[in-house]
Amino acid sequence: MTQNNRTMASPPRGDAEAALRDVANAHKPFRTDRWLLWGITLLIAANFLWIVAHNENFGWPTVAQWFTEETILRGLYVTLGLTVVAMAIGVVIGLLLAIARMSNDRLASSLAGLYIWFFRGTPLLVQLIFWYNLSTLFPEISLAIPFGPTLASWNTNDLITPMTAAIAGLALNEAAYMAEIIRGGLLSVDRGQIETTEAFGMTRARALWRIIIPQAMRSIVPPTGNQLISMIKATSLVSVIAMADLLYSVQAVYNRTFEVIPMLMVAVIWYLFITSILNVGQGFIERYYGRGERGSATAVRKQEQVVVAEISAMVPECSK
Amino acid sequence: MTAALSMNTVEAVQPLVQARNVHKAFGEVEVLKGIDLDVAPGEVVVVLGPSGSGKSTFLRCINHLEAIDRGSIVVAGEQIGYSLHNGRLNKLPARAIAVQRRQIGMVFQQFNLYPHMTALQNIIEAPIGVHKQSRRQATELAMELLARVGLTHKADAYPRQLSGGQQQRIAIARALAIKPKLMLFDEPTSALDPELVGEVLTTMRDLADQGLTMIVVTHEIGFAREAADRVVFMDDGIIVEQGRPDDVLGNPQHSRTRAFLSRFI
Repeated sequence: MTQNNRTMASPPRGDAEAALRDVANAHKPFRTDRWLLWGITLLIAANFLWIVAHNENFGWPTVAQWFTEETILRGLYVTLGLTVVAMAIGVVIGLLLAIARMSNDRLASSLAGLYIWFFRGTPLLVQLIFWYNLSTLFPEISLAIPFGPTLASWNTNDLITPMTAAIAGLALNEAAYMAEIIRGGLLSVDRGQIETTEAFGMTRARALWRIIIPQAMRSIVPPTGNQLISMIKATSLVSVIAMADLLYSVQAVYNRTFEVIPMLMVAVIWYLFITSILNVGQGFIERYYGRGERGSATAVRKQEQVVVAEISAMVPECSK
Repeated sequence: MTAALSMNTVEAVQPLVQARNVHKAFGEVEVLKGIDLDVAPGEVVVVLGPSGSGKSTFLRCINHLEAIDRGSIVVAGEQIGYSLHNGRLNKLPARAIAVQRRQIGMVFQQFNLYPHMTALQNIIEAPIGVHKQSRRQATELAMELLARVGLTHKADAYPRQLSGGQQQRIAIARALAIKPKLMLFDEPTSALDPELVGEVLTTMRDLADQGLTMIVVTHEIGFAREAADRVVFMDDGIIVEQGRPDDVLGNPQHSRTRAFLSRFI
């Protein structure tokens, strides 16, 4: 109140006061409570690490010993390979499904809808087991004209190995989710952009490839990163169909040595390590597709900062 | 003078655009109630009218962005969206319609530049991808067009880094890059700040002077007066009145035209 009165009473501001009031020279007050909070948090974190490191039940020497063991690395290799292949197939089929789902063609759109309904509506574990046991349902797979002659046929057991069952199960399931993510991305593109490609006489394929998809990517990439990370963990389900992925390899070891927790720690650290790398990669991709946005890359970071700052106004220093 | 010249040529040559009895409804709402319009090659037609008069819809029907319900529109001998074969009119598939549209340029109210491409990339996209020109050839033409709209220095800027007026001038250059027989302008200055309208209108006036066939839907009476060969006044889905700018704008015959114009004086 008194401050208010004084400002109003003061004569027209001189240069000296204007200089004092220049916000460029404003100081940030020292916040004791904030530093205290940081201190306490770091103390608790350090204590937790200390406890974990000194707990012999974790068996850190065992973890270190097995971490880069050949069987584990082979399992890791299978996990990564399975993730990449299943994800790649899933994205391609998902894209086709999304386009089919959005097309004016009733047949295409309802077939895509049926696919998505089925593969999202049943548990992945069940799908994997079904693929693995396909031979009990169909001992023979043949290429034939409906109700007509057979052109070619294969023994299902030759076709379905743990590897193909795992890829089929993971990829076809992923495709259903990716279809919905991609459809959402395509819908997010301004209607005027689609109209422009039509007015310029672009074919639909070219319009999608050059104009629509690049703009849709901005909203497709973040949930796809999410999917990729859950895919890495979903691959651990294939251990039920005797596919030697990371988790399966770890289990194989602790079934012999009974060092359950240390071996699981090996897997956990590897999973976290891969996920961290993917997070960094996702950041780069998001920045690439954010180009052309206001102020380009820096703007995206700024935006994120604002969000972070809003969410955790307590610790503004945490956002780099 | 130019108006008089082109009015004479209307009878002499085949019209570039020939719209007959065009009807269009969105659900229950009848937007176009029988439009007849011929546009001669090289003619600049400015379509005026209050909001909701159907003028934008009519423009969008010309390149089949909207399908019409009744009547016909023929552009340069082609009925966009259809083919007349042995006395039978067939609807064309999307791919064939795309080919038909390639001789018509369009400029939108909201510019609709591709936001993930630079100005130059925006301009060369259709020439390379649709008209199969070489990148060098397309880039040369694009730089020429950029010079023409006075934005050579913005070739590598993304649309977001440009003002509305600059974006619209790039959009005009983009439409010109396909060497269109006909240019459609859908309220090109309506989304612009008042101080940016002038630069876009200047660009359009240059095009009109160079003999490009243009159909312009706008609220800019001044542009109609200076650049149009013919002014068409639409209201409630019909053409109420049309003629030389001086006649329609200076001495409107119809009460609805007078009512509309009185708001601008």
